[in-house]
Amino acid sequence: MLRYLLSRLGQSLILLLLVSCIGFMVLNLAPGGPLSQFALSPGMTQEQIDKIAAQMGLDRPLVMQYLDWLWHMVRGDWGTSYRDGQSVLAVIGSHLFATLLLMGTATTISISLGAAIGIFSAVRRGSIFDHTFTVLAMIALSIPTFWFGLVAIYIFSLNLGWLPAGNMYTVGDGSVLDYVRHLILPASVLALVDVAIWSRYMRTSTLTVISQDFVRTARAKGLTRRRVLLRHVVGNSLVPMVTLAGLQLPMVLGGALVTETVFTWPGMGRLFLDSLGYSDYPVVMGLLMTSALLVLVGNLAADMIVALIDPRIRLN
Amino acid sequence: MTATLSTSAPRRVLLGSRALRRFVRHKLAMIGLVMVLSLTLACFFGPYLLAYDELFIDLRARFAPPGTGAHIFGTDPLGRDIAARLFHAGQISMAVGFAVMAIATTIGSVVGVVSGYYGGKVAAVLMRIVDAFLSFPSVFLLLALAAFIQPGPVMIALIISATSWMEVARIVEAEVKSLRDRDFVQAARMLGLSKSWIMFRELLPNAIGPIIVAATLTVARAILLEAYISFLGYGIQPPLPSWGNMLNGAQQYLASAPWLAIVPGVAITVAVTGFNFIGDGLRDAFDSRTAGE
Repeated sequence: MLRYLLSRLGQSLILLLLVSCIGFMVLNLAPGGPLSQFALSPGMTQEQIDKIAAQMGLDRPLVMQYLDWLWHMVRGDWGTSYRDGQSVLAVIGSHLFATLLLMGTATTISISLGAAIGIFSAVRRGSIFDHTFTVLAMIALSIPTFWFGLVAIYIFSLNLGWLPAGNMYTVGDGSVLDYVRHLILPASVLALVDVAIWSRYMRTSTLTVISQDFVRTARAKGLTRRRVLLRHVVGNSLVPMVTLAGLQLPMVLGGALVTETVFTWPGMGRLFLDSLGYSDYPVVMGLLMTSALLVLVGNLAADMIVALIDPRIRLN
Repeated sequence: MTATLSTSAPRRVLLGSRALRRFVRHKLAMIGLVMVLSLTLACFFGPYLLAYDELFIDLRARFAPPGTGAHIFGTDPLGRDIAARLFHAGQISMAVGFAVMAIATTIGSVVGVVSGYYGGKVAAVLMRIVDAFLSFPSVFLLLALAAFIQPGPVMIALIISATSWMEVARIVEAEVKSLRDRDFVQAARMLGLSKSWIMFRELLPNAIGPIIVAATLTVARAILLEAYISFLGYGIQPPLPSWGNMLNGAQQYLASAPWLAIVPGVAITVAVTGFNFIGDGLRDAFDSRTAGE
């Protein structure tokens, strides 16, 4: 187990290094560059820009800049925001909670709803229920998340007036109930795509488990269908879903970015867009790394959980 | 049932007519085909039937609801005809979708076939790069790229391609890896055929089924991604319309002019659903395991 853990950890670190390399190159090779926003200030001469570049170390070869950035990042110094001079880690930290809250809620909704639909579709394979949800899932996968958000705001906030159209809490309120009311719409919108994906995978997974010998044995022992389903099938078909949850993370994170924009949710997605608008390279780079880090940690955690609950993988 | 045949002969011989028959019988795929075809026809021939040009500004007719006069889908905040803009936007959005399909499928196939054929260190490096790209949320990477590059339709297509080739690479790699030691490949080697011939003429055609499926789904994905980044203001820039940038300003008028948001959104959903239905049908048509269902 320890060896498996270490080898997976090593792989993740290599991957993270590659990710940082790609991210850094992408940002720095793009035209404009970190200095473009300084060049916009009136009265700025080329000489002054060169001076700033030299001060910030931007006149060195790209490889040196990368290694320097990497060395600082590993030691927890992610640089300072060009916008307000705050440390990048502090800026990201203050937006992390909102995004994790949104993603966590959405994932909870999508896993429970998706698993339920998937199991039911598998048990009633070929029924109208099964076919309807097959088609619905494909349509759900085709709706742009942000547009679904706009429609939801139009119906539930503007017309029915049931829920707030944006923000995380009401200024001056901030009770748990207030948070929940603000959370319902964005979390449901973000969950939609994942409910579709989860239900499809859960259906396949359940069908695979149902056709296995131990299920037939359980039925042959005289257990009722319901008992076999709850005790033997559901648990086993959920195992591959843990891995899937890890693999889905980049999608959920990307969806959160767009959902946050529509619902003015104060999370990392909004921060990312704002920073892009200001060409705030250190924050953009920090967010790219944070998102990759979240994804890799998520995948690692998923692999660990699977290894813990499924001895077949641990022993290999 | 085809298993015994396909062990000796490359599978492509069987793909043609049988797959086509299965595809045509696939109800969802046919619905998808109708959706995509009618939308394409509307986008390319619709503009000739409309009374207004997509750039014609009529400030007296701002925010006209759908059905006002000849404005079947209403007008936008500048009094431009939404139907005309929608059709032109469709041409651009779909062109981006198909361009991405071509570019991403090519990159993915080359990476996949090379790492599948060579294996070992080459595959290890290439597939780790694939993994690294998959670790980014693609919207983040896309926005980071688009924000710092002057985005025209060509650039947008290239950027979306850069985040869409990994799926094909994985599929092709797996397929090629499973075939590279088969007899027909050994025979080709003994005949003295070049490595690139073996890779692209002998091995790659065997993965054509999964590649076509992935390519179809890539069109759907690309249309969605273009909509995302254009909605956020970093994609295709006005006055050139795209389905995404038509939605860009729609949120602020949601209460007074909801059709601004509804019309382009429905167009995107119909197009993407159509391509996804077709992809699903193709998958069933090419996959002999699910053919019996």
